[in-house]
Amino acid sequence: MTTLEIRDLHVSVGDGADGTKEILRGVDLTVRAGETHAIMGPNGSGKSTLAYAIAGHPKYTVTSGSVTLDGEDVLEMSVDERARAGLFLAMQYPVEVPGVSVSNFLRTAVTAVRGEAPKLRDFAKEMKGAMDALAIDPAFAQRSLNEGFSGGEKKRHEILQLEMLKPKIAVLDETDSGLDVDALKVVSEGVNRFGSTGDTGVLLITHYTRILRYVKPDFVHVFAGGRVVAQGGPELADELENEGYEKYVKAGASS
Amino acid sequence: MGLDQRPLSTLHEKVSYDVADFDVPTGREEEWRFTPLRRLRGLHNGTAEAHGKVIVEAEAAPGVRVETVGRDDARLGKAYVPADRVSAQAWASFTEATVVTVPKETEAAEPTVLRLRGEDSATAAYGHTTVVLEPFARATVVLAHRGSATYADNVEFVVGDGAFLSVISLQDWADDSVHVSHQHARLGRDARFVSHNVTLGGDLVRVSPSVAYDAPGGDAELYGVYFADGGQHLEHRLLVDHSTPHCRSRVDYRGALQDEDAHAVWIGDVIIRVEAEGTDTYELNRNLVLTDGTRVDSVPNLEILTGEVVGAGHASTSGRLDDEHLFYLQARGISRDEARRMVVRGFLGQLVDSIEVPEVRVKVQEAIEAELDR
Repeated sequence: MTTLEIRDLHVSVGDGADGTKEILRGVDLTVRAGETHAIMGPNGSGKSTLAYAIAGHPKYTVTSGSVTLDGEDVLEMSVDERARAGLFLAMQYPVEVPGVSVSNFLRTAVTAVRGEAPKLRDFAKEMKGAMDALAIDPAFAQRSLNEGFSGGEKKRHEILQLEMLKPKIAVLDETDSGLDVDALKVVSEGVNRFGSTGDTGVLLITHYTRILRYVKPDFVHVFAGGRVVAQGGPELADELENEGYEKYVKAGASS
Repeated sequence: MGLDQRPLSTLHEKVSYDVADFDVPTGREEEWRFTPLRRLRGLHNGTAEAHGKVIVEAEAAPGVRVETVGRDDARLGKAYVPADRVSAQAWASFTEATVVTVPKETEAAEPTVLRLRGEDSATAAYGHTTVVLEPFARATVVLAHRGSATYADNVEFVVGDGAFLSVISLQDWADDSVHVSHQHARLGRDARFVSHNVTLGGDLVRVSPSVAYDAPGGDAELYGVYFADGGQHLEHRLLVDHSTPHCRSRVDYRGALQDEDAHAVWIGDVIIRVEAEGTDTYELNRNLVLTDGTRVDSVPNLEILTGEVVGAGHASTSGRLDDEHLFYLQARGISRDEARRMVVRGFLGQLVDSIEVPEVRVKVQEAIEAELDR
């Protein structure tokens, strides 16, 4: 059974010349297959840093701690190795890649992750089905990746990639931000389809509780000051909805 | 600047068939300041000895006439007067010229290919090519440059009324080659001209495509793809001179650069003269820098002397291969090297895909892959 284990993770940004800044200050978190975890927290609490550090973004330096996926040391892996090992990060701001079509990109990624090129016909069918499920116009297959896409279209395409790459653990970085209710429902259904197999784990990073009406978390973690300051079940999200982050911000700052 | 003043483009005002009318460039002149003159092997100052040879082989499409003619052929130099000293030197020095004629209303189904092969770069060679499309003719002409040469030439494209000419000029020279070329197109009424310059090989390549319109309705699209490696100087200097009403021009040049002292220069001059009302023009240059140590000079100049235009714009961007692009692709399992290739292919690919001759397109794609393998 898949397990992503994060132990005492410390992460900094900056090259040191103008001073490095520690953003994550000892994060412990375990995500197992079949579980959906929500990480909630105010702006600047380090939620996105956690997501990028797991994915291996070069801007972030892990200064101590460990991240393992089924016992394998994730921090030793390059960005693409992590993806091939079964980690997926749905980005908050997917970049535009001019001249690289959605279908070419998806096929290259699927080939890399599965270790062999899918048959063209099978792939076309699979892509069409996945696009239909997310109400994505098939014409997008020939468009340049994310170029000129609206915020909602970009997020749908992140979930399209999620569903086609079938990772073991998906980290969703504010996938709900900037979505209208209809798009939020479509995206949430995609996340639920992905999470419903029981073989996969979801780490959902969000600022708002809104998406948690559609994607039910098993665990809620409150992030502040670069650490998890509170943990609980879905009821914790309700409390945050009503009371906000204020008391946790203070807790994070004083620790 | 008021409309009663002279245009700024005195740069392009001086033309002559006589070498002596042009001073020997020193490198301080606007039109020479980016070009390393010492690497021109004397093409610019009269010291180059002309014993070199660039052999021209032609593959004419059915209905298209290709002739080799002497200097005195009356059709030569009709459309173009040399605009700088090297161009005038080439005009003064060539011994044989190639004339391609597409007769009136002939629609050539296949491309006409001129293969220009340099045999020796030690001394200079000069050439001249004139392509004439008579009214309502349609043709595609490929100029494929290969081998070792120190070569200066002028190419004239005369596109008659209602005619359509597509030109692909491939500069795929050996590493020791120097090539200085002027490619001038003159468009008749409702004539259409599409050009692709693909510059990949050579020590120094300086290509100056220019367009002039004789009558309204002319439409020119100038595309370029280049890939500069360490030590290479690849320069493209475009001039579109809108002097008649209701003509259109589009310029899109894109290049990638890698390794120490790779140098790309792009100059895009567009003039919209007082009489050229209803002009529609846009020019774009984009450069993708793949490593440290490269240099890009990109200078768009748009000079508008009438307010009555449909559109006039330009843009120039030069940027590094974006770490965020690579991260995004890698985060989907794609290796760093493959990600880099995808980004470069995507960047240049939109122009490469618009090359309509499949064999040439595939060849360019392969050549870009070979550059990426370096």
